[in-house]
Amino acid sequence: MSEEKYVPKTKLAEWFDSRLPLLSLSHHLKSYPTPKNLNYWWTFGGILTFCLITQIVTGIILAMHYVAHTEHAFASIEHIMRDVNYGWLMRYVHSNGASMFFLAVYIHIFRGLYFGSYKAPREMIWIIGLAIYLLMMATAFMGYVLPWGQMSFWGATVITNLFSAIPLIGESVTNWLWGGFSVDNPTLNRFYSLHYLLPFLIFGLVILHIWSLHIPGNNNPVGIDVKKGSNETMPFHPYMVMKDLLALLAFLLLFFAFVFFMPDFLGHPDNYIPADPLITPAHIVPEWYLLPFYAILRAIPSKLGGVIFMFASIFVLVGLPWLDSSKVRSATFRPIYRKFFWVLVVTVILLGYLGAKPPEGIYLILARIGTAYYFIHFLILLPLLGRYEKTEPLPLSISDPVLDKPGAMDKLKEMAGKYEGENVATFK
Amino acid sequence: MKEKMLQHLNNLFSKVFLIIFIIGNSNLAHSEERNTEFLKNNWSFDGVFGTFDRASLQRGYQVYQEVCAGCHSVQHLSYRNLSEKGGPEFLPEEAKAIAAQFEVIDGPNEDGEMFTRPGRLSDKFVMPFPNVKAAAAANGGAYPPDMSVLAKARKGGADYIYSLLMGYEEAPAGYELDDGVYYNKYMPGNKIKMAEPISDGIVEYSDGTETTKAQISRDVTTFLVWAGDPHLEARHKMGFKVFFYLIILLTLVYFSKQKVWSRFGSKREEEEEAFDKAEKAVTKYEGEDPKTFK
Amino acid sequence: MTNKVEPKRRNFLFTATYTIGAVGLGAAVWPLVDQMNPDASVKALSTTEVDVSSIEPGKEITVLWRGKPIFIKRRTEKEISEAAKVNLKDLKDPEKDSDRAKNPEWLVMIGVCTHLGCVPLKNKGEYKGWFCPCHGSHYDTSGRIRKGPAPTNLEIPKYEFVDMNTIKIG
Repeated sequence: MSEEKYVPKTKLAEWFDSRLPLLSLSHHLKSYPTPKNLNYWWTFGGILTFCLITQIVTGIILAMHYVAHTEHAFASIEHIMRDVNYGWLMRYVHSNGASMFFLAVYIHIFRGLYFGSYKAPREMIWIIGLAIYLLMMATAFMGYVLPWGQMSFWGATVITNLFSAIPLIGESVTNWLWGGFSVDNPTLNRFYSLHYLLPFLIFGLVILHIWSLHIPGNNNPVGIDVKKGSNETMPFHPYMVMKDLLALLAFLLLFFAFVFFMPDFLGHPDNYIPADPLITPAHIVPEWYLLPFYAILRAIPSKLGGVIFMFASIFVLVGLPWLDSSKVRSATFRPIYRKFFWVLVVTVILLGYLGAKPPEGIYLILARIGTAYYFIHFLILLPLLGRYEKTEPLPLSISDPVLDKPGAMDKLKEMAGKYEGENVATFK
Repeated sequence: MKEKMLQHLNNLFSKVFLIIFIIGNSNLAHSEERNTEFLKNNWSFDGVFGTFDRASLQRGYQVYQEVCAGCHSVQHLSYRNLSEKGGPEFLPEEAKAIAAQFEVIDGPNEDGEMFTRPGRLSDKFVMPFPNVKAAAAANGGAYPPDMSVLAKARKGGADYIYSLLMGYEEAPAGYELDDGVYYNKYMPGNKIKMAEPISDGIVEYSDGTETTKAQISRDVTTFLVWAGDPHLEARHKMGFKVFFYLIILLTLVYFSKQKVWSRFGSKREEEEEAFDKAEKAVTKYEGEDPKTFK
Repeated sequence: MTNKVEPKRRNFLFTATYTIGAVGLGAAVWPLVDQMNPDASVKALSTTEVDVSSIEPGKEITVLWRGKPIFIKRRTEKEISEAAKVNLKDLKDPEKDSDRAKNPEWLVMIGVCTHLGCVPLKNKGEYKGWFCPCHGSHYDTSGRIRKGPAPTNLEIPKYEFVDMNTIKIG
């Protein structure tokens, strides 16, 4: 399935396309060649696009009814939940949608980690993805402040206070962020403005993300390059569209289970208490998707150190394409990396668990071990593995593992191997 | 092949586990520090098909009005809500009569002065105190929380509220309590400034329901859950429809996807052709020079 | 690409999928649209009661109802007779004065010009009723359009006298 150039069928189409090549673009998107062996972990890109659009649409609607003022914010949310037609639905889709968005993005990121999708020539996709992830966190954080409940207020206080750790200018920076001497109405107002703005920046970055994907094309579970002109690829439409749609619908079952049957499960009860600057809740806990970073923040016994490590834990991922020097992409053929990958997954989940616990006793010790492993994984293990790991032999083509007659191609290859130096290319 | 399948399955399970773990995590995060298990009740509004018990809601409103409303506001509730679908469903005339019992401050009038008038359906529930400070001042410094979303604002929700109402006890020997502070088994920290509000027979039900402490507590808890989540029934109903629809669409899309992908069968044939071609080439070669094998 | 698979079944399957999908999409769009309609709290505010005991004959007050001005005018005998005298044939939007004012002494109208929504001025214009300054529509003492671009008479809201001194609008 090679990608053919778009040929306009009518004079009008030709006239239009030569001035604004939207038809060419749409043709490209439809016929974009995708490896035929993509598994369901590859459907999360589509799911994430859906999540982003859902958040933007419901968000714009909520903004029509929300009031960004400390006196009215909480009541306006209750107004949405009670009086606005389908307001409860919009709000629950939006608040649970944020969680679903992060769930999908974590699966998407770990899929990339497992199959080596960040490696050359896909470094740009990875880095833009990380920028999206960072903006997502900023957006989610500011969105969580808007209902002006106790968690909103104290979460905002704690997170903005992180910046006070910066030497010399820390206090000026926090005052600048707040527009005052504490989190207050000016803070709420600017967070609202930015919460509305950032999703559109994310949208722009998503376009770049996809653009940079369409240049090298998709990685795949085997991790070797596909031959674009061959039958190793299938056009995006209708094959991947149908597959993505199927996965999306399955994902919606989970999404709507939360929205309709346990809409407040992922939120914190304290956020239904209006913000009170005089009383701090017993435990300030961020939303679940930020917990691993919160654990890292608290694992370091110094204010500045904690902040540095927390930000470093994200920025270390930017260097990942160069830290992991293994030529083999997919963990399928990297027996040792594969094990460490799962250790990393467990570590991150553990850190998430610890982020919700008070930072004391065994929790603190475990959080420190987890933080240490996180950095060792990326900064030490991956460079070493790249050099010393003995990878398993790669198949010659992706058709090999997906061919219906398992073993047959292997046997052929084995035979072909005996002709070393001969024309192996004829064996695909 | 089987091995591959198993491996896939294994992968799948670990990842599903991962998802569940992440989600379960946040639950764990919230449920920590509960010293006592709450009393369990079979709430009619629990579960996927949960609905409110109208009679219980109506009684619960009565309990709120006669017992709680002296101190606790429900400022986000309006009198019209009392007759809306999915709630206590008082008749519109009944709700109107209820609203008219209250004096609502309105204005300013032509002379620029505030005045009181009987409540209307569109009015919010009248608050017992004009503001939080007044409420705190009248209650020994502790502000009786607004109860509009109380059931959502407490870990344990309905079970917590019910348990708290039932959880007043004599303080254990040696436990020190200040004046005006009471011991409650289910209150975090066990100290509560609200005196035991509910006791047997504190209200009189016109529908003949027995007025035990447990019954009254159940009714008022039901009322508070509804007050915090007035669209619960609509939500459950819509959720059921959405799932029904999604499963149908999922099935259709599954078969459509299979159908579409089977088109690629022709491609597979090509692949097999290539395989055959390669095989032929090898055989040919084998025939020519068998010594290169084995 | 060869389409050798039985076309009938495939077509049915695809048609069913598209149809069901479109129905769902439509259903999902409705809440997105309906949320902009007047909400429950706005709808609940649809009545308002006005005390008219202090209005002298010939005077008029304006009250707000559903965000719109409502003219409540206590007309003089002269104004009433003028309004009643008018020949219906002369009217652009023929309507008897007795149909517009249940109690001839009281005229209750929505004070929004039926042309493009401005608020007409009282006691102005060629017919001694109301005059809309935006595009020059003249209304008579019954609030009927007599001259100018407005197509219809000033609208009469639903109202009733609760007692002698109180009008309930809506």
